[in-house]
Amino acid sequence: MIRSLMVATALCLSAPTLAKTVTVEPGADAQERLQEALILAEPGDVVQLGAGRFDLVDGLSLDVDGVTVRGAGMDQTVLNFAGQLGAGEGLLVTSDHVVLRDFAIEDSKGDGIKSKGADDIVYYKIRVEWTRGPHAENGAYAIYPVESKNVLVDSVTTIGSSDAGIYVGQSENIIVRNSVAKFNVAGIEIENSIGADVYNNIAVNNTGGILVFDLPNIPKQGGRNVRVFDNIVVDNNTPNFAPAGNIVAEVPTGMGIMVMSHYDVEVFGNRLAENGTGNILIVSYSKEQNDPNYNPKPIGVRIFENNHGRAGYKPAFAGGAELKAAFGGAIPPIIEDGTGENILIGEDVPILTLGLTRPGQPLSEARPALSQGAMEPFDGRQLKPITLLQAMEDAVQ
Amino acid sequence: MRLLLSVCAMLGLAFTGGTREVADGVILSAELPPVLSDYRFFKDVAGWQPNERVVPYQLNTPLFTDYAEKYRFIYVPEGQQAKADGDGLLDLPVGSALIKSFGYEQDGKLRLLETRVLLHRADDWLALPYVWNEAQTEARLKVAGARIPVTFTDPSGQQRSISYAVPNKNQCKECHALSGAVTPIGPKARNLTRDGQLENLAKLGLIDAVPAVDYRVPVWRETGAPLNDRARGYLDVNCAHCHNLNGSASNSGLFLTYEESMPVRLGINKRPVAAGRGSGTHDFDIAPGDPDGSIMIYRMNSLEPGISMPEVGRTMVHAEGVALLRQWIAEME
Repeated sequence: MIRSLMVATALCLSAPTLAKTVTVEPGADAQERLQEALILAEPGDVVQLGAGRFDLVDGLSLDVDGVTVRGAGMDQTVLNFAGQLGAGEGLLVTSDHVVLRDFAIEDSKGDGIKSKGADDIVYYKIRVEWTRGPHAENGAYAIYPVESKNVLVDSVTTIGSSDAGIYVGQSENIIVRNSVAKFNVAGIEIENSIGADVYNNIAVNNTGGILVFDLPNIPKQGGRNVRVFDNIVVDNNTPNFAPAGNIVAEVPTGMGIMVMSHYDVEVFGNRLAENGTGNILIVSYSKEQNDPNYNPKPIGVRIFENNHGRAGYKPAFAGGAELKAAFGGAIPPIIEDGTGENILIGEDVPILTLGLTRPGQPLSEARPALSQGAMEPFDGRQLKPITLLQAMEDAVQ
Repeated sequence: MRLLLSVCAMLGLAFTGGTREVADGVILSAELPPVLSDYRFFKDVAGWQPNERVVPYQLNTPLFTDYAEKYRFIYVPEGQQAKADGDGLLDLPVGSALIKSFGYEQDGKLRLLETRVLLHRADDWLALPYVWNEAQTEARLKVAGARIPVTFTDPSGQQRSISYAVPNKNQCKECHALSGAVTPIGPKARNLTRDGQLENLAKLGLIDAVPAVDYRVPVWRETGAPLNDRARGYLDVNCAHCHNLNGSASNSGLFLTYEESMPVRLGINKRPVAAGRGSGTHDFDIAPGDPDGSIMIYRMNSLEPGISMPEVGRTMVHAEGVALLRQWIAEME
């Protein structure tokens, strides 16, 4: 608070300085010229990236509040990190009120763009891609806001992340919309966050389309209030290529939308089809953990008004093949492990319940059973829409 | 604005008169001084002879930076004193500076590559990197950092050639950030107990008293010291500036400060959060008894961006540091 007050004061004091546009073109010494522009920028400035390919040899970073970094388009301005020698990501943002738009990051060695403790951040028409397609040695996250308040990810494209294409972690008040995530392990993931709307996105050809997770032993936990609606989540059957040890390495191939632990999640109005394991999976965190502050169960999940196409025809979890046979060729499109509380399925679809009674119970003890969602579909909306600062909405006009 | 700043700089000069004292006005100005000599931290152009009240110091256990030789200096303005604060960081007044030069012995001579300064300005600390010229007569500000090819002989006698990385201004802050503000890291009293340094700094009047140090960080290579203390000291100095609750790696939940007492926060049987391929297919940061199955060792042994830790400031594996932590994990139950 004190810090943001100081920043506000600094902004007032520097008000007479006119915001300027600094243009950086690709070419020799792109690394130094671009990094220097990002360091010497002042609040209100635009760093304009010319069209073409910037060959970068180290990570870039921005630590000045209120700066817009703008390219000539996500296919015109490409920041290429194939020759990167250092840093954990292509671009790191650690300041507030930043707008990133109209450029691409390709082949960064670690994450694509990470924004940490960067409030009021806007990602718009950004592409982050690993150009060789799915590969275990691709970077983990393409778009990676973390520990931030007010996050807008709009009209981005992510391809090939070995963890999640759009990953928002340990943050509050989030919108992810109008974006495309393909050939990632997880298309979109909201993790240990409070208040997110994920809508009008296309998640296709990932291992899992959209994940809503809450994990233990993380500084911010108690993830809650996430709405996933009006998305197209189709054909997420890319074999899981995440490096083992990471939680997404556990996501079964062929997953549409997956909710793990977490409070208050609403999944509605989505078009779900051709997901080999299932369209929607609701489970507890099942690994051993001893975090006294952690809730491993999904509590308060409401599923309604979704459109289900074919699913469950290739269930990629232990015992899946037997279940598939038992169900005559495909398991139901919605699967829950049985440990959740207040799970409301307000749509008329079959449900596979695994019949587990506690988080962490082995699948071998499952007592699978068929149940049925509401015969009379109902509207399960309880959560309020997320609203962001007007300045953030204005930035994407 | 620029005019005003130049006037400030001139006032700074005027204040110190024609003498060759440290230029307090330059430290305190809002400018980014283009050359290191602007501060007059050194009497000579080559940056070896410290000026008045610029006092060299050494850390018990230092941060590893590609086997570079490091020369550290602390400056506190005349009439002011840093406040001792127990084991912790010396509380340096506005106008103070920390200066750190990095170099290698090449062709039998020590050659400086860069000098980093950490300035305590009125509003905040500021970190800036200066890169030395070939003639070793001038170090110029490089806010965007630099890569410098270097060949030298490592402690095992092996000749090594690396692309030495001078951090950019933001990377300086990545390690020096606490809750988003720049802070010194090194001069914690517990890590300054060598050779009566604290007593000397107090005698010279740079600190107000000799800090009461209950616990000192051991010299990491002193095999007589308990293994756990050496390992924790090494982690404290090499990792904990980011891996703490308010540091750049706060989101990882892996906290490697000397004060940390929760095993899972130290990485013991802790699963990775956002490691990606940094996991090296291992399940835990530290798998007790199994250094080869521990993410910590995997990442310290890597030079690949996206895997290697620390993320900045290292282009080589610190074999001796890895050996220490391997032993620590191997002996863990």
